[in-house]
Amino acid sequence: MTDQKINNVNVQEQPKTPCPPAQDIHHQLKEPLVRMTKRGVVTTRQKVIVYVAGFILALVVGALMLLAIGKNPFFAYRDMVVGSFGTAIASAETIRIAVPLLIASVAVGFAFKMKFWNIGAEGQILAGAIFSSYIVIHSINNNNYIGRLPLHLIMVILAMVGGALFGFLPAYFKTKWETNETLFTLMLNYVAIHYVAYLQSLRSWQHPDSTYPKIVDFATFTNGKVALPRLFGVHIGWIFAIIIAVIAYFYLTKTKHGYEISVVGDSLNTARYAGMNTRWIQIRTLLISGALCGFAGYLQVAGANHTLTATTAGGVGFTAITVAWLAKLNPFVMIPIAIFIAMLQKGSLFIQSTMRIPAAAADLLTGLILFFMLGSEFFIEYKLVFRSKHHAPHIEQKEVSA
Amino acid sequence: MNVLTIIINWINAAILAGTPLLLATNGEILTEKSGNLNLGVEGQMYMGAVTGLAAAWLTERWFGVGGIIPLIAAVVFAFLMGCISGLIYSVLTVTLRANQNVTGLTLAIFGTGFGKFFGEVLSNEAGGYVTVGAETKHVFGNINFGNLTEIPVIGTLFFRYNWLVYFSIIVAVILGWFLNKTRKGLSLRAVGESPATADSAGINVTRYKYAATTIGGGLCGLAGMYMSMVNQKGIWVTDCVSGYGWLAIALVIFSTWSPLRAIYSSIIFGGLSVMYMRVPIPGLPRDIYMMFPYIATIIVLILTSIRQIKEHAQPASTGLNYYREER
Repeated sequence: MTDQKINNVNVQEQPKTPCPPAQDIHHQLKEPLVRMTKRGVVTTRQKVIVYVAGFILALVVGALMLLAIGKNPFFAYRDMVVGSFGTAIASAETIRIAVPLLIASVAVGFAFKMKFWNIGAEGQILAGAIFSSYIVIHSINNNNYIGRLPLHLIMVILAMVGGALFGFLPAYFKTKWETNETLFTLMLNYVAIHYVAYLQSLRSWQHPDSTYPKIVDFATFTNGKVALPRLFGVHIGWIFAIIIAVIAYFYLTKTKHGYEISVVGDSLNTARYAGMNTRWIQIRTLLISGALCGFAGYLQVAGANHTLTATTAGGVGFTAITVAWLAKLNPFVMIPIAIFIAMLQKGSLFIQSTMRIPAAAADLLTGLILFFMLGSEFFIEYKLVFRSKHHAPHIEQKEVSA
Repeated sequence: MNVLTIIINWINAAILAGTPLLLATNGEILTEKSGNLNLGVEGQMYMGAVTGLAAAWLTERWFGVGGIIPLIAAVVFAFLMGCISGLIYSVLTVTLRANQNVTGLTLAIFGTGFGKFFGEVLSNEAGGYVTVGAETKHVFGNINFGNLTEIPVIGTLFFRYNWLVYFSIIVAVILGWFLNKTRKGLSLRAVGESPATADSAGINVTRYKYAATTIGGGLCGLAGMYMSMVNQKGIWVTDCVSGYGWLAIALVIFSTWSPLRAIYSSIIFGGLSVMYMRVPIPGLPRDIYMMFPYIATIIVLILTSIRQIKEHAQPASTGLNYYREER
């Protein structure tokens, strides 16, 4: 459907080609039915039309899947919106989901801009969560309650160190020996997940009376010192998230560092010729990227969950990649998109209880929307040219006679 | 139990655990040989897992038969669903030129959602949880080799498996032969190494990329079916694939893009993943064991990148789309 819409627009825009001479007919017949050409200028209106069409198509396909299992898609979509923003409590929950997502999106956006495929946000978030949990467990076990502010400061620093370490390792090896960073960061995710599972099995990390491998609830053991204060029903992490997105925008667009990142992303060789220390730029950016994810991990521990589990990152690292990509790596645009994806996730939980639609619908829809957005980009950059009727004289003659 | 029995049983368990890895790894090797780095294996396996189980269960329900017919239905539909997932990837990356990494990750998210979504729908439909009949379970169980099974050592090492174990090894051998000994295999490797060169030699790059990615996806679908039909014995378990798809991507590197080396490396990885049950080392907790396959992969990644062996490296164009007009 998108194809046709766009093509209609383009066919109209194209100047009418004159009827070719008769001897060219043989040549013209060989022209393929469809060919593509690069668009010159793309207006914002065209972009919006293509993206909106892609988005609607994604929803249509999602609706078909819901129809296939005998559910009314209109009610389902309506309930998703109601369930995620219908009440103040629901909205607060949606924003709570969006917070780590936004920060992780900004973080992977940094790396992606350099064409450094950091898909290890999951692991970096967990690393931050693990490191910041250490100090909490340490103070619980030693009955050594330092003040609230010092505790949080140490947690933040440790979280960022942990995340940065997980960002540094792949960057170090990538810049030294061109070790594949995609798989390196991916593997680190699982190392982190299993390490959390290991910590859960440690006696010193569990509740004294626990018979189940679960880490203690920090909030009760520290008299609420670990819990971040709330504003408008959500832990104050959301303020940090917005500040990070804004700073990241200016960092990427207005500073020397940001410029270096985009040059390295466009062409490593150009950056080298320009005398940039490409190795340090990549390592530095991954340290920042990892540290930001680590900070998101701290917020999960201190703000959202008040404990550490193997699902503390809960797929955020992977979803963040789709958010970053949908936003075209623009940190400002990531804010609404992260909220939108969080809305899908919260809304899915709601329709699970109201309509008995599995909550995995969120992943399904996220995947579908991104599929269609990825496909849309092609129609923004290229246009399809169908074999023009004007090249075939006999058809033209028919039209004239008619 | 003496040490030998422990080791023999461990190898047996390693091969059983390594079989889905072998299928998925071969699927991904085929895909990557065409220059497509498909990171969506986890999602493809989920799609195959739920489709295979649904096909077997529905066949039993609609036609009232158990055994071999549900098995065929499971295999065919899981393979087809894997092919569809590979096709989605190909349309987006080859025809619509989307970024391979992002498309693959989206496929992973989408496929995982697809599996969990329809798995739960299926469970609701079945009134609680889905399970196939005893006859169907039986055909996915170990093949009855009669007395051969009882031979000491050899019986356990070679004759206590389900048919998919032998099937996956045959697939690996055929794939190895195809890639290295046939004309088409040579063309496919050319496409992966240098699509521009292959194109000038008259090879249809697009067709090869589509075919390899689609069939590779089908193999990943079968690997997923193994998880639901063999590992979980025909019962839907929400986390049935549990990271095996990502392990398969790692295994491609571990076996240095060779289907034959994938056979023993999948057994090694299978062995590492069941090691905590079979070879407990005192003082080493289970969850640390579980890290072994991932840490091993990281070490292999680093070592291969340091040594830079040409014939053991990934196909040169992997991860990059081919733009004919930019040759």
